[in-house]
Amino acid sequence: MSAAADTAAANAAATADAPTARAPWALAAPALMLFIGVLVIPLAMTVMLSFHDWGQYKGIEPVFILKNWHEIATDPYYAEMFWRTFRIAALTTLITAVLGAPEAYILNRMSGRWKSFFLLVILGPLLISVVARTLGWALLFGGNNGLVNKLLMSLGLIGSPLRFMFTETGMVVALAHVMMPFMVLSVWAALQRLDPQIENAALSLGASPPTIIRRIVMPQIMPGVLSGAIIVFSLSASAFATPAIIGGRRLKVAATLAYDEFLNTLNWPLGAAVATLLLVALVLIVVGSNALIERRYAEVFR
Amino acid sequence: MAYLELDRVAKQFGAQTVVDDFSLAVGKGEFVSFLGPSGCGKTTTLQMIAGFLDPSRGAIRLEGRDLTAVHPARRGLGIVFQSYALFPHMTAAENVAFGLEMRRVPRAERAERVRAALAMVGLAGYEERYPRRMSGGQQQRVALARALVIRPSVLLLDEPLSNLDAKLREGMQIELRQIQRTLGTTTILVTHDQNEAMSLSDRIVVMSQGRIEQIGTPQETYEQPASAFVSQFLGKTNDFAATIDRTNASARLVAGSWSAPAPAGFSGPVTISIRPERIGFGDAGLAAKIVTRIFQGNHWLFQCESECGPAIVIRQNDGQTQPAEGDAVRLAWRVDDMSLRAGGAA
Repeated sequence: MSAAADTAAANAAATADAPTARAPWALAAPALMLFIGVLVIPLAMTVMLSFHDWGQYKGIEPVFILKNWHEIATDPYYAEMFWRTFRIAALTTLITAVLGAPEAYILNRMSGRWKSFFLLVILGPLLISVVARTLGWALLFGGNNGLVNKLLMSLGLIGSPLRFMFTETGMVVALAHVMMPFMVLSVWAALQRLDPQIENAALSLGASPPTIIRRIVMPQIMPGVLSGAIIVFSLSASAFATPAIIGGRRLKVAATLAYDEFLNTLNWPLGAAVATLLLVALVLIVVGSNALIERRYAEVFR
Repeated sequence: MAYLELDRVAKQFGAQTVVDDFSLAVGKGEFVSFLGPSGCGKTTTLQMIAGFLDPSRGAIRLEGRDLTAVHPARRGLGIVFQSYALFPHMTAAENVAFGLEMRRVPRAERAERVRAALAMVGLAGYEERYPRRMSGGQQQRVALARALVIRPSVLLLDEPLSNLDAKLREGMQIELRQIQRTLGTTTILVTHDQNEAMSLSDRIVVMSQGRIEQIGTPQETYEQPASAFVSQFLGKTNDFAATIDRTNASARLVAGSWSAPAPAGFSGPVTISIRPERIGFGDAGLAAKIVTRIFQGNHWLFQCESECGPAIVIRQNDGQTQPAEGDAVRLAWRVDDMSLRAGGAA
């Protein structure tokens, strides 16, 4: 008797649950539609476009061929260009990590008023357009008589002017500046999770300040540095404005090449193939390194 | 001779004096508590001993040596922080071993001492656990083991039990006391919990607004509070305004309809301070009416409205019939049980 009553109650509960079970989907639907409409569909179309044919006079032909992918795979020009893209991104990431992590640490140790002031100084550039910031670097670099060269020469660091414009060096310098806030913010977030007494604890146990940094602080902010590195790397590898202004037509990276194929050569399928390859490579690198980080720090930061 | 000595220590932040004129001599093996409300300067004093803050004035000496000249990393003190401040990226054993590593203790001896320290705090078998995977009480024990394994000259405890729930806290108090007794480590505990201070310490330093109110054994500070602040902060107390009546040949101390022969050395308005458990219901004494009666298992708590203002009375639950709410009663107490201060009621 009581078993039957239980079953009836369970059934009633199940029917009552059915509309509730659909509710999350209904609530997520608007955002999901937007996501599909503006991201998934255009992406799928881009991938499909990369398999289409293109000719100078016939334009785009909606057929399925591997011509573009074959060209990217065999022509060493593309290999060199992708290597350059990732080399620049990796160097930029390294520079932002080496400069940004100590910067965030020092910032975190400042007292109230100075802390907010310098946080504003670091975040300020994000309020200015990337184009304006990069043009600023172009002015500073500007040929042999650029301010940077004059400064370095008057300091006696270099004998003859360095070339910054249209070089990888210039691109890395400008990109590192543009990307620095992302690294600082990421490390800053990790520092906020640090126990404020943890350095005192290490100090009382007899650790010297360098040892505290190396053994106690560094391991704890490493996840912040690594997630900052993922952000900076993916943004640098797909950056367009900075490489376009500093590198120009002479020194192309994946993003500027895709742009040129689309808008100058009008070879949309090839541009789509370059863009797709860049996306796939980035996703693989980001997902791969994320998995590595999560496994490495799983035990500590759950 | 004093083992750890604080001599007129003061700390100022800008114009604000946080600790002033703090003098204390702690004997070797003694357990001393700094007790006071938050902001009374007890943690600041502890941080000055630890070396995280420099005193503005005064001296801190350990076995006669000036401690303020020693770098915090060289002081060799064991500290347990309120938040425990364990290293989250190290296992329990690595946390405990850190201090030994810094002292360049050989690997084999280090492993043995870490094992012994964790066993002492009841965490044998937890060596490879990370702090995040331990309960608050277990983290607390790791922090204690980490502070004790370096054989500190002084153990400093900064509100170590305040993050534990009541039951666990009681258990840890007993354990902490046993460990301290066994090792004989000179210990200073900072706390705002009067029960904790009383059950753990040999002596209590009651602090208020950066100054020492009283230094004494738990019993002394409870039975003979040196100031109104101490009597109110350590447990519940009743303050009654009273006068010395000299109209007759023998002067009498009068509070409402309660009176007793006046002790020498007082005149004019005075304040009677009496603990609630020392007041009894009698035939004569201060007239009062019981407002609420609360049963608390082993005792009854009465809140009364007396001639001299609100009063609280605690009676043991000894099986006797107790007055009910609304009853008119007379409050009486022995003269020996009260303490008397000059001036009106606080």
